[in-house]
Amino acid sequence: MKAWLWHQLDAFVTTLARFARTPVVALLNFGVIGIALALPVGLYVALDNLQGMTRTLASDPQLSVFLALDAGRADVDGIATRLRRHPGVRESRYVSREAALKELKASTGLADVVDSLPANPLPDAFIVVPRNAAPDALEGLRDEVSKWPKVTHVQLDAAWARRLDAGLRVARLTVWILATLFAFALVAVTFNTIRLQILTRREEIEVSKLIGATDSFIRRPFLYFGALQGLAGGLAAWGIIWVGIYLLNGGLAELSRLYATPIELRHLGLADSASLLAFSAALGWFGSWLSVNQHLAHIEPR
Amino acid sequence: MISFSQVSKRYPGGLEALRGVTLTIERSEMVFITGPSGAGKSTVLKLMAAIERPTSGSVLVNNQNIGRLRPRAVPFLRRNFGLIFQDQKLLFDRSAFDNVMLPLAITGFERREAGRRVRAALDKVGLLAKEKFNPVRLSGGEQQRLAIARAIVHRPAVLLADEPTGNLDAAYALELGELFRSFNQVGVTVVIATHDESLAARLKPRRIALKEGRAA
Repeated sequence: MKAWLWHQLDAFVTTLARFARTPVVALLNFGVIGIALALPVGLYVALDNLQGMTRTLASDPQLSVFLALDAGRADVDGIATRLRRHPGVRESRYVSREAALKELKASTGLADVVDSLPANPLPDAFIVVPRNAAPDALEGLRDEVSKWPKVTHVQLDAAWARRLDAGLRVARLTVWILATLFAFALVAVTFNTIRLQILTRREEIEVSKLIGATDSFIRRPFLYFGALQGLAGGLAAWGIIWVGIYLLNGGLAELSRLYATPIELRHLGLADSASLLAFSAALGWFGSWLSVNQHLAHIEPR
Repeated sequence: MISFSQVSKRYPGGLEALRGVTLTIERSEMVFITGPSGAGKSTVLKLMAAIERPTSGSVLVNNQNIGRLRPRAVPFLRRNFGLIFQDQKLLFDRSAFDNVMLPLAITGFERREAGRRVRAALDKVGLLAKEKFNPVRLSGGEQQRLAIARAIVHRPAVLLADEPTGNLDAAYALELGELFRSFNQVGVTVVIATHDESLAARLKPRRIALKEGRAA
């Protein structure tokens, strides 16, 4: 047990010494792995942020039912009754044209423009919350209500959010494809680094085998090297993402002041950061394991 | 301790290095394996350390059959030996001290105790003052002595040396002979493959002569 611990510690220290012996090569390798990982992870962070925004926007699908401008009091009451009795409608709220105009004036800062209008251009409207939020049910309700008399237009408010959501699903798939490709690249980079190391340490490996080194003793420093290189690459990726978000938030602060809404990108969460590091270390380990298994068998002392 | 019975070794390509060799080496013996180049001396040593396996016949080391040894067991068999090669096989990317440390690092020795043993081994071969030197800076004789320090640092039961005086002048060769004698005196089995007659004349070991792969 004690010997085993010494071996682990020894391999760890040896690996750090190997990094220190060729610092430029080591840093370049970390950088390459970091950039390769930063691409899919960056995209993931962007998606995560977008998703957070759409979730707040598209939580409740609503239908806006706009009436004709010439609709009278009786028409409004008739439609209100029909909506109340409709089995697919959970709730409906009447927004009169006057109320809509007032709201427009208050919310957009276009008071001057609105005041200068000769007449109220807005129609009467109903905001309808459907009982069933499934896309088919929503579209059925929209088609039905839009055929009613004095109804000019029915708008499905959640439609754009749904389209965005579908888009996000494609983007998420892209992230996975990219992540797979770059994971492969990480394994390949490690494989090659370790291959070169084994070639330059051929003599040491031969001598070690001659004086009784087990395969796991010979393999260990290479596995450590691969895992630590992967971990360092993961840290580099994390740093790139952090700096990227920090810089973007600086730019977004200006934008959010202009739009008077808080826009800020969230950093990678703790769980995501931890899995990024664990994943990159594991891939590095795997790459060197492949390489060591491939190349060590060919080195037998003669 | 070591016994060969009707051992033959044919290398890929058809070279027959050994043909039916039978020999026994007892514990704490000093044995020279002699004969002209190509007689099969190196092959005998390689078979003992499981660097090669016999084509036929059996090689027993500590009652373990080398021909049937599982690959996983080979490293542990080799730890019984201290190996000294004609070309030394020193590592030039580290100090003399670290070269001698290697066998102890492999067995997972506690570090402070390992350091003591490395210094004792370097002292024994007269290189303690040069422990920080890279082997490149050592003379031919010093390099060979460093290789011996590495071979004895883990206190093996058997010392196997292949032409240890091959590249050395007579004075160095004598020095080396004395070292081997001193190890043998404390109970280490010493097996030396050599055609150095003056070394044999001085140490007066038991001789096993080979000629064209056969005991002569």
